[in-house]
Amino acid sequence: MKKMVYLTTGLMVTASSAMAAGHCAAGLTLEEGQLTIATGNPAYYPWVLDDDPESGEGFEAAVAYAIAGEMGFADEDVVWVRSSFDEAIQPGAKNFDFNMQQYSITPERDEVVDFSLPYYTAPMAVLVSPGAVDTEPTLEALKTLKWGAVGTTTAVPKLENVIQPENDPLLYGDNADVNAAMSANQIDAALFDLPTALFLSAVMIEGSAVIGQFASDESDNPDQFGLLMEDGNPLKACVDEAITSLTESGELAAIEAQWLQDATGVPVIE
Amino acid sequence: MKDGNAAAGLTRRQRYEAAQRKRSILIAAASTLLVGLAIFILVPLTPGWDRVKRSFFDIDTLVETFPRLLDAFTINVMIFLWSAPAIAILGLLIALARDTRSPALFPLRIFGAAFTDVFRGIPVILTVYLIGFGIPGLGLPRPWNSPYIWGSLALILTYSAYVAEIFRSGIDSVHHSQRSAALSLGLTERQVTRYVVLPQAIRNVVPAQMNMLIALQKDVSLLSFIGPVEIFRQAGVFKSLLANFTPYVGAAIIFLMVTIPATRYADYLMAKQRQERR
Repeated sequence: MKKMVYLTTGLMVTASSAMAAGHCAAGLTLEEGQLTIATGNPAYYPWVLDDDPESGEGFEAAVAYAIAGEMGFADEDVVWVRSSFDEAIQPGAKNFDFNMQQYSITPERDEVVDFSLPYYTAPMAVLVSPGAVDTEPTLEALKTLKWGAVGTTTAVPKLENVIQPENDPLLYGDNADVNAAMSANQIDAALFDLPTALFLSAVMIEGSAVIGQFASDESDNPDQFGLLMEDGNPLKACVDEAITSLTESGELAAIEAQWLQDATGVPVIE
Repeated sequence: MKDGNAAAGLTRRQRYEAAQRKRSILIAAASTLLVGLAIFILVPLTPGWDRVKRSFFDIDTLVETFPRLLDAFTINVMIFLWSAPAIAILGLLIALARDTRSPALFPLRIFGAAFTDVFRGIPVILTVYLIGFGIPGLGLPRPWNSPYIWGSLALILTYSAYVAEIFRSGIDSVHHSQRSAALSLGLTERQVTRYVVLPQAIRNVVPAQMNMLIALQKDVSLLSFIGPVEIFRQAGVFKSLLANFTPYVGAAIIFLMVTIPATRYADYLMAKQRQERR
């Protein structure tokens, strides 16, 4: 009898909060009735505006709230926490339901953590310093530049395997350090995902330019961003369902159009 | 006192001492074995062990990444090799500057004190950032804006502040009667420092300076923050790509291969020095 009461009240609660896509997340989140999402510290533009994910402004912040909505969470039920990459992949319990900070899905990472379906496909783009803006967007010309990249990203294997620069690249801890190095003229070019590269060139480094992008459908590891979850997290099915529905309804594309600059003007590197 | 006559057998006292020694060796062996067993049996029984093992001690990942790590380590060695002599020289100069006695050289003393205060007071990583990005940002042409140059300079400045203090303690450890004696023999101040004080001072602080070398050897990795892909950065790249911390363990192993012999050597020097002073 008691069980029955619990069950009915439980059903009522989920039914009232889960208007959209049912209640596939019930009982599977860290805190019942709340969705805990991790982002970077700091979270960078254009993924999150002003390092303030609670505002829902910026591509990833907007996608996060859209996914939460699909999963049946109201905006106020979304809780944000900050995490580094290392915290995300360390063994043991996590302090987030999913982690969203431009994680490229790779088979190696997938063995240790779980990824959702991709929510964005990010072509890699070449940002060059003011002194190198006249470089032709060809692999031949790119090889001769002095390269930099963030050492924790998939830009590193791309550099090593595709561009194969003549000089050893310099690697940094985060975007800000790559900026500093480019401003100090220690590197000519850096490899970022396209939205980040466009932002850096427009706002952060005066006179720099994005001279080319790699086709995002290239056979070697197209860079797709996924939500990172603890290995074996049962919430994955629910998250994937939400992303599928957002993709099919065109809402994901609409969010992308709203927050990410149109990048069709950037030539593709042959 | 040694017992010269072995044929006479051991005295009761010696037999007793031998038995005591044997007993303490047995106890030490047994307790070591127990602790070892406890670690080897209990740790794998913890619920998270499988995941920790996969994340930190994955043999395949270690084998796959080790050669590249070893390769990256050559950059650490290179930076170490050109920084260490510069640190020794600058450190000694700063120590001498702080030790000048002439009133006309007071500014030099002030400079020495300010230098050690500033560079001992700032965390190395901040100095590396400030000098490594700051000075090249002034607009130096290549290759003079290389992070290798300015990063090394940051290490050199920080470490020479420490090394200078050690040299100074060495100089202080030479009794002032030696200085007086040398002066009374007719040596000039300069000669006293060069031939009487410094040789003894430097000898006295060699073990302490060995410890600085070991510390420097590890801190070279801080240059990774401003670009050079040395072993720590290379391990970080592998960590990110493979989502596995084992490359860090590999890097730690490589560091230990260098630092353990160096530490033992420093211990040996220190023990030898104690013996000599006895």
